[in-house]
Amino acid sequence: MQRKYVENFLRTLGKPLVKFIISLGELVLYIIKAVYHALTPPFYFKNFGKQVLDIGFYSLPVVGLTTIFAGMVIAMQSYSGFGGVGAESMVADVVLISVTRELAPVLSALMVAGRIGAAMAAEIGTMKVTEQLDALVTLSTNPFKYLFAPRLWAGLIVLPLLVLFGDVIGIFGGYVVGIYKLGFNPANYINATLEYLQPLDITTGIVKASVFGFLIALMGCYNGYRSKGGAQGVGQATTNAVVSASILILIFNYIITEILFSK
Amino acid sequence: MSDIKISIKNLHKAFGQKKVLNGVDLDIKKGESLVVIGGSGTGKSVLIKCIQGLLIPDSGSIKIDDAEVVSATSRHKKDFHAKMGMLFQGGALFDSLSVWENVAFSLLENKNMPREKAKMEAVRVLRQVGLAPDVADLSPSELSGGMQKRVGLARAIITKPEIIFFDEPTTGLDPIMADVINDLIIESAKGLGATTLTITHDMASARKIADRIAMLYQGKIIWQGSVKEMDKTENPYVVQFINGCAQGPIKVEV
Repeated sequence: MQRKYVENFLRTLGKPLVKFIISLGELVLYIIKAVYHALTPPFYFKNFGKQVLDIGFYSLPVVGLTTIFAGMVIAMQSYSGFGGVGAESMVADVVLISVTRELAPVLSALMVAGRIGAAMAAEIGTMKVTEQLDALVTLSTNPFKYLFAPRLWAGLIVLPLLVLFGDVIGIFGGYVVGIYKLGFNPANYINATLEYLQPLDITTGIVKASVFGFLIALMGCYNGYRSKGGAQGVGQATTNAVVSASILILIFNYIITEILFSK
Repeated sequence: MSDIKISIKNLHKAFGQKKVLNGVDLDIKKGESLVVIGGSGTGKSVLIKCIQGLLIPDSGSIKIDDAEVVSATSRHKKDFHAKMGMLFQGGALFDSLSVWENVAFSLLENKNMPREKAKMEAVRVLRQVGLAPDVADLSPSELSGGMQKRVGLARAIITKPEIIFFDEPTTGLDPIMADVINDLIIESAKGLGATTLTITHDMASARKIADRIAMLYQGKIIWQGSVKEMDKTENPYVVQFINGCAQGPIKVEV
């Protein structure tokens, strides 16, 4: 009797575990396949260009708005924390480090995951359920090369550029609050910002952005590619793409920070 | 040289516990129009996807021009695909491309044909399937179901394939439009001298386009013959299916 209970318990535990391991295996195989096809010809430059526009150019307003307010808030918060003598240079430093190392890459990536990751999963998911992916194969075209590779490359290359833009806008947000709200001297604030600016601050953000861009495209394509059924399946794929990309962004943010800054 | 274009032997495919194809044996001669009939969920689409290499069968053999498809590498599968055209049930037109870009997809992406020349060729084939040149610049979503099927047909025949697959070509169309599509299928296939495999449960369509009909039931080909032979057969499964009777050996799961 007791043995039966144990068996049932293990069965209940085992089924989701086996399912999880199978899903993990599928994901790993998908990543290997996606990377292989992204590195081998033919390359579809027109599709890449379209993705650069979608991921990069059309995300500029969202990234700009997100980072400018992030920079402004950090300036206000750090002033209230460090108020008093030397606040001017401290605020400039905190805004610089927070924006370039963390806020611009992470917030931009999360916004792009919501905007682009969802759109990728929805587009590819719809193509899957309407047999457009099968049609591509019958037209001697590999969906991994035609659809996924341009998105992966665009994510990898464009998100760092977006983050550079976000860095400038975020620091500008801090400057605006510093000068017009907190009454700092503009020349001193700019000097302090330039004085504290380290190449590592910028490269950290760029490295993170590349990884995040790749993850967003990877999850968008993967979840779209795996979607089943009709509209409900595509909706589920879209949700999964955004949630999985967002979680991975936060996990990899910690891992990259740990690698670059642990002493 | 054998006159068999596609040869299928003992093909099996299961999804989990469900055996969809359970030992399919089928030969299609060069230039022949074979129609596979069968109820919904009998594995007709799975059969066509296995032949195209979109699904990998569990066991069995599929040969095209005596070359094995099942064990082919992806490069060889690409060679097979170059010989094939396919009209999908829902059209499967690419939403992000215009009508002419859909039709000329293979010319643009695989043959690197200049865009102007590819567009001219697409417009020519669109005319062939009865569509006016001004349709070329529309988006697929702006077309009716019948027009989408025509565009799908144009895309399937533009590369002059040796084999054309038709997946439920008349489903969702009114009887007149269905007949127009049937005529276009016959014209296109005969014009190219192509071997065609059509799957359908539309008997009017099957009668019109088939040189030979095969019936798929419970994962096996249970009968095959010409349209005349079909009308004379006493096979109870075929008789029930072509007459559309609820009573008979084929049990419908409700």
